[in-house]
Parts: sequence; structure tokens; C-alpha cells
Amino acid sequence: MDIIFGIKDNILVAEFLGEVDHHCSAKARADIDEAMEGYGSKNLIIDLSRVTFMDSSGIGIILGRYRKLSASGGRVAISGGTKAVRSILNMAGVFSIIDYMDTVDQAIEYLSRKEVS
Amino acid sequence: MERVLKVQMAASLENQGLARSVAAAYASELDPTVEELTEIKTAVSEAFSNAAIHGYPDGNYGNVSMEMGTIKPDTIVIKISDKGVGIENIARAMEPLFTTDTGEERSGMGFTVMESFMDKIKVDSKPGEGTTVTLIKKLDTYYGF
Repeated sequence: MDIIFGIKDNILVAEFLGEVDHHCSAKARADIDEAMEGYGSKNLIIDLSRVTFMDSSGIGIILGRYRKLSASGGRVAISGGTKAVRSILNMAGVFSIIDYMDTVDQAIEYLSRKEVS
Repeated sequence: MERVLKVQMAASLENQGLARSVAAAYASELDPTVEELTEIKTAVSEAFSNAAIHGYPDGNYGNVSMEMGTIKPDTIVIKISDKGVGIENIARAMEPLFTTDTGEERSGMGFTVMESFMDKIKVDSKPGEGTTVTLIKKLDTYYGF
């Protein structure tokens, strides 16, 4: 898996590309944490639109980032993802604590609005 | 069981993608739906990473064997075995969110994902001898092979 990082309105967007499994999860976690620090952003969007495969390792990556950021007052949102990808996250109850938007643009708008209000 | 295919690979997470590709290639012959194929790949990925991470802790690599077979006409059986440390309490290991992990952010959802995506899963394990996870799934669409 590769991750493309971008920043918009002080929100870090991490776009996951390809297959998310345990083999790549340690590096993914480290890369995201490093990017959060580097950009000095406290809000994160994990965009799963271009994920072709994901197993339960994705739950750990996402919940781990959520725990870290919510401890420091930041917000996390998820966007995109196939039905299978969303179904795995749903099994672990991820959507009961992290907001989901269909597209990354909607997620950016959503988090920006939350920031203002 | 017919059409039996056995493969063995090192229990390194580097082989996780290969394990699910082999299972997908085998299952493809039975003309599964895209959804079924994804479910099989995901369940195999979970079973393989369990064997690699928990079967052989401390980087003590052994092998993982995969045996695939078909119960005619449309049921696929995949056995994933390791000769690692085994599981002391299988029922507890299979509980959702149960993990032995202390800092790696593992979710403890591996068995839950396998159970959700397959029709049946069976876990045979003895401490010190290893673990075999059997995944069984009946495919909805059957056009023969």
C-alpha cells in the first residue's frame, strides 16, 4: 500500500492506495503519524476510495490514529471505500465513533464546518 | 474433497498477499461473484496473518500450509495450518476485539472477520503443536467446472 498525503484547510488528507494488510500496517501507521507531526495538523481524513483490498489491519490503523488525535483534541473522518472495506470497519463499530462521508471533498467540508462552529 | 491444491510458504507477512492471491486463483475456477472472491481473500488474509504473527512469535519463522479443496458442486474449503505455538484458549481467541497485542494496535477482529465472510470456520489447535483454521464457503453462483 502507498499513502498520498495532502493538506487542505489545515486538514491532513491521507489517501490510501492499493491493498491494506498486516504486512504494510506498521509502516502506514508510522507514515501517518510522521505526516501529522510534519504538517502540524490536528485533523485527519483517511480516504479509502482507492483501496482495492483491506483486512482487519485497517481497523487497527484507523482506530489507532483516532485514539491519538482525539486525545489531543483533533478530529478524524473517513471517506470512500468499497462495500467490503466498509463492512470490515463496521464489524468493529468504527462508524459509531468516526464520521463517514462518501467523498473526500464532503469530508473536508464537514471537518472544516466543525472547526468553525 | 476434490481438486485439492496444497501450497506451503514461509510464515512471513511478506507472503500475505501471495496467500490470498493463491486462494483467489483457486476460487476463481468456481466462478464466484466479485463479492465472494473478496470475502475469501479477506478471510485467508486474516488466517495467514494470525499464523505468521501469533503462530510464530518473536520472528521465529516456520511455514504456513494452505490446502484448498472443493466439495462438489460449489463449496470451497481452505485449511490454513502452522506448526507454531498453538492457541491455549480457542474460545477466548475467537472473541471479537480479543487481542494479545500490547502496542501494535491490532484490532482483535481477525476471527470475527473470518466468521462473517465464510459460512463456517473451524479452529483446531494444541499448544506447542500448531493451529489449523478451516474456512468453508458455499458459493451462490454455480456454473460447473
